Amino acid sequence: MPVNYLKSGSVSWHPKSRRQRLIAWGLWFSGLALFCICWRVISENTIWEFLYDADEQALSLLGRMVPPDWQVTGSLLAPLWDTINIATIGTLLGLLIAFPLAFLAARNTSPHPVLRGFALLVIVSSRSINALIWAMLLVTIVGPGVFAGMLAIALRSIGFLGKLLYEAIEEVEVGPVEAVRSTGASPMQVLQVAIWPQIKPAFAGISVYRWDINIRESTTLGLVGAGGIGLAMNAAINNLAWAQVATVFVLIFLTVLLSEWVSANVRRHVS
Amino acid sequence: MLELKGVSKRYAGGELALNNVSFNVAAGEVVALIGPSGAGKSTLIRCINQLVQPTDGQVLLNDSRLELLKGRQLRMARRQIGMIFQNYALVERLSVMENVLSGRLAYVGFWQSLLRRYPAADIKYATQLLDRVGLSEMLDKRSDALSGGQKQRVGIARALMQRPALLLVDEPTASLDPKSSRQIMRLLCELCREQNLAAIINIHDVALAQQFVSRVIGLQQGAVVFDGKPEALSEQVLTDIYGLEDWQEPADD
Amino acid sequence: MTDISGKDVRLNAARQGVWRPLPVIGQRWKRLTLNAAVLVYLVLATSSIEVNWARVSQGMDRGLDFVASFTRPDFMSRLDEIGLGLLESLTMTFVATVIGTVLAIPVGLGAAANMAPTPVYLFCRAVIAISRTFQEIIIAILFVTMFGFGPLAGVMTLAFATLGFTAKLLAEDIEDVRKDALEAVKATGAGWLQWVNYAVQPQVMPRLIGLSMYRLDINFRESAVIGIVGAGGIGATLNTSINRYDYDTSAAILILIIIIVLLSEYLSGHIRRWTA
Repeated sequence: MPVNYLKSGSVSWHPKSRRQRLIAWGLWFSGLALFCICWRVISENTIWEFLYDADEQALSLLGRMVPPDWQVTGSLLAPLWDTINIATIGTLLGLLIAFPLAFLAARNTSPHPVLRGFALLVIVSSRSINALIWAMLLVTIVGPGVFAGMLAIALRSIGFLGKLLYEAIEEVEVGPVEAVRSTGASPMQVLQVAIWPQIKPAFAGISVYRWDINIRESTTLGLVGAGGIGLAMNAAINNLAWAQVATVFVLIFLTVLLSEWVSANVRRHVS
Repeated sequence: MLELKGVSKRYAGGELALNNVSFNVAAGEVVALIGPSGAGKSTLIRCINQLVQPTDGQVLLNDSRLELLKGRQLRMARRQIGMIFQNYALVERLSVMENVLSGRLAYVGFWQSLLRRYPAADIKYATQLLDRVGLSEMLDKRSDALSGGQKQRVGIARALMQRPALLLVDEPTASLDPKSSRQIMRLLCELCREQNLAAIINIHDVALAQQFVSRVIGLQQGAVVFDGKPEALSEQVLTDIYGLEDWQEPADD
Repeated sequence: MTDISGKDVRLNAARQGVWRPLPVIGQRWKRLTLNAAVLVYLVLATSSIEVNWARVSQGMDRGLDFVASFTRPDFMSRLDEIGLGLLESLTMTFVATVIGTVLAIPVGLGAAANMAPTPVYLFCRAVIAISRTFQEIIIAILFVTMFGFGPLAGVMTLAFATLGFTAKLLAEDIEDVRKDALEAVKATGAGWLQWVNYAVQPQVMPRLIGLSMYRLDINFRESAVIGIVGAGGIGATLNTSINRYDYDTSAAILILIIIIVLLSEYLSGHIRRWTA
């Protein structure tokens, strides 16, 4: 009860009840305590001596990065093209697997609870593991290069696409589904005629959204040898050629801005 | 032609939606199914085409027991039963023509329907039906651009596209204004007469039912409490079905 | 075609039994050009893939070995490293999420067009854009170079990423705050801080808590990666195990990550429902 009638006859008012306030304060306090403990753990594992000259380090790093070395731009275009391909083909491969998987995972279209559990497990595993980790693994399996990068992006995308798609499938209107079933259509025809048109806009939006994220993620896959502009970045960092690193950064920045613009426009268009 | 023998339905929650329902419908006969909300009207017609599985009893269509059918055989049986819905249940993002043609899904294969390769005879028949319901100008319109009455006409054309022997009609006028309601009911009854179609029409508007059909079945708490001519619906009978109310006043819904 | 003759043509054709659905793109040449462009792109893009099939067939054994290792994950032989790494990842995640979210509040306010003067707005938007463009691992490389190896670089990386993510969504929320509430509080003669406190905070606070919960989850996943470049956490252990083909240990670590992510999703779902 937010309003308390005191014995004296006066009325005090608080936005929340006493108990709620106590719980809230308790939570804030334990959060703060946890923060302090965690901070101590980190502090113990940090060599603070390194930090004394951090400002100098930062400034000298910045000094070496500016101005960027524009002469390498030409040689960076091919790896950049690879990066975009990794993201695009990776997204397409991911869609190829995520699309059927989503129908297995959606409560209203799944043929069997066991299959549904399996699909959900695949989706969760794929979502929990970063594209870089997939890339590290795939490089040891298929060897370094663009192919490993595409597979890594695909594997990482399956979970994301699968999850959003199956949520979209679970939200379809049941009326048309019932109507199409009542014509005697087969289950596959029900998917095709009653469900697919309903999820098509979500499908397009989700795919382009993931493509946009994949452009960002594929810029770094080269760090573990999975192709693209990350390879060039890694080489420049290892050579301490920070002016070249800066050029890579600028290129990545522009590419990501462009992909974000494309993605936002497509999503506005389909919704 | 259609025969229900002791059909009962108990939902997983334990509530008894249908209690031992039995009746026959002859070819070409149009029956109105009346009763208060929750009386089991929707469940009953869904038990006929097995969108809902009855827990007990038999559903016979031309002497084949629908409740025993599975898979392909069930789909072949459903082809003969057209269904029309309260909220039209069109696939809104498809065009009028695509919705009407979806009535032929059980006659074409998966790839045919995916690529929209319907037989010429189907396409011709679809245009005839669209002419009949007065929507042939709209064939390329997306269904979500239509008015309620127009959507229901598309729904009717889709059901007739199946060339059914029986129509199940679930509250066809509940989402429509009084004028469209009358037009839709008239259209439905005319079509049934033209094609010698049997129909079961769920409807809560008793006056509308009396105006258009030759036989009324009253449902109350899942059981049949009236089965007869519309003229026989006395005030006493209506009170049995709906509970106490002044039936002479015009309904204001 | 929307003109009347086109409609009649299609209707008449349909009466003769000929009907195709209207194409999504009206003009034929546009449709063909688009299809051709997509085809050309796919050919070009896939031609840059060089697959060394001999290498792949060798690697396949390793791949199968990796998949099989999930049936026999090895938690024990590197128990100490895994335990320490996970603990470090979790502490980094928590500290970074708190710092990042706290810092995101002023930046988010600054990046809301209805709250801040233009120079502040542009500065905050630039910070957000930089934070969101560059993957955590790139930022981690820079911070490791500046601050040395260890979890502090990791915390700063994750905090910076959290800052950009949260501030952007927060700014969008603040821009959506109902105008009448803003004006009503302003009309009482409240100062800027009071104004923020009364008009903005109640409308965006639940969202902020939800966002930080969501971000906690992302930060944990990221903390498994930035260890590769020396920024602390479980990533270093994972990286070593993969490079040594010690897949049983890798599998154990990945399973632990998946379980923790699942748990945190479950918990954050509850907390978000509770605070909403």
